[in-house]
Amino acid sequence: MLTKIWAIFRKDLLIELRTKDSLNAMLFFGIVVLVIFSFALEAVRDSIRMAVPGILWVAFAFSGTLGLNRMFAAEKENSCLQGLLMLPMDRGILYLGKMLAASVFMLFSEVIIFVFSLVFFNLTVWREIPYLALVFLLGTLGFTAVGTLLSAVAVNTRLREVLLPLILFPVILPILVMAVEATNIILNTMDYRALKLPLTIMAVFTVIFATLSYLLFEYVLED
Amino acid sequence: MDVKRSSWFDTFLGGLLLPAMILALYMAFLQAPRERTMGDLQRIFYFHVPAAIAGLTAFAVNCFASIAFLVRKERKWDGLAVAAAECGVVFLAIVLVTGPIWAKPVWMVWWTWSPRLTSSLILCLLYVAYLLIRNYVPDPERRAMMSAVFGIVAFVDAPIVWFSIRWWRDIHPSPMLETGGLAPVMRPALYTCMLVFQLLMIYLVRRRFQIECARHDIEMIERSIG
Repeated sequence: MLTKIWAIFRKDLLIELRTKDSLNAMLFFGIVVLVIFSFALEAVRDSIRMAVPGILWVAFAFSGTLGLNRMFAAEKENSCLQGLLMLPMDRGILYLGKMLAASVFMLFSEVIIFVFSLVFFNLTVWREIPYLALVFLLGTLGFTAVGTLLSAVAVNTRLREVLLPLILFPVILPILVMAVEATNIILNTMDYRALKLPLTIMAVFTVIFATLSYLLFEYVLED
Repeated sequence: MDVKRSSWFDTFLGGLLLPAMILALYMAFLQAPRERTMGDLQRIFYFHVPAAIAGLTAFAVNCFASIAFLVRKERKWDGLAVAAAECGVVFLAIVLVTGPIWAKPVWMVWWTWSPRLTSSLILCLLYVAYLLIRNYVPDPERRAMMSAVFGIVAFVDAPIVWFSIRWWRDIHPSPMLETGGLAPVMRPALYTCMLVFQLLMIYLVRRRFQIECARHDIEMIERSIG
């Protein structure tokens, strides 16, 4: 099973490394969001550190949606999806491979966007990095757990790319709320004991939705 | 009893609802006593809470029907799911409209991001998204499949939304004043309204379901001709 997941993951990674289609778009869009926010919140620029957790996760969510959109839209071209569906394996495996690939792309762009935010908002972080990494990882996994499933739902509709954010954001809200809260604790209140609850909810959310999506995935790809 | 076609039961239920709604209005506006601090304004509560409960019940029906569709692959379950989702959104819209009308004079604001308000809004958005998906999938079989999957995801999400927002927002003080229990003299009016709203929801879901079945039949006939 692991080798199959790995094969799907490797395929997506290889395509991305060769074309760099979605990564470029994700990075650029994420950085543009940061710039927009720094102007939109000009009035409170002195205390921007308070707003950074929110800004970061909006940027991550927007750029992540962009990446998820390409996930299945790309497979639709040249009927690649048909080929994948003919593979003798469980559809859930396809889901896990895709989710893994989406998470890696998203994490990569998150790191870059985060570095840009350090510069734009004059932040100094050092000791906080391991905690932040954990929050980013959990938040991303939760995001892609639902996102991969809903991305497959969205490509089945007439609107395709347009629909994904509309159906994804209401579902994803708990994970965003918790991720913003956890990031806020790390960057601002620094009460690390309070981290436990948001991290637990994020983990629970991820596990529930990964399981649910794993089970439901075969239905959204049925041809 | 054939649910797919309008039956004596629908006529009966519809006929029952008219006097029942008049009774509910009587109970809420005349029988229930005037609230001491809020006055007549409090009476909106007799419509707000029952509508919320009816809406939530409809969403539960939607989830049940979605699962049944994925298991059985029968179109009638899809019809029930869409009927329940639409009615649920209508009832939740009633909740979201009556809420601010009550809140403005009592809390001095139309809206506040308190847990209950936020999660009701998100719940409404989730099912609007559900209806959006249905709108944009032309093929009926695929539409049923996609929306069933989303219906299950939405219903699983709802309690997590509720819990996460509750924890997050409660850090900040909010103007929300959740008073204690309801005075016993107000209970008959509330229970009557709850019952009537549930009946109304069942009636509307059944009617909408019949429309969906008729639509399906027409589609089949069109296909057999074409």
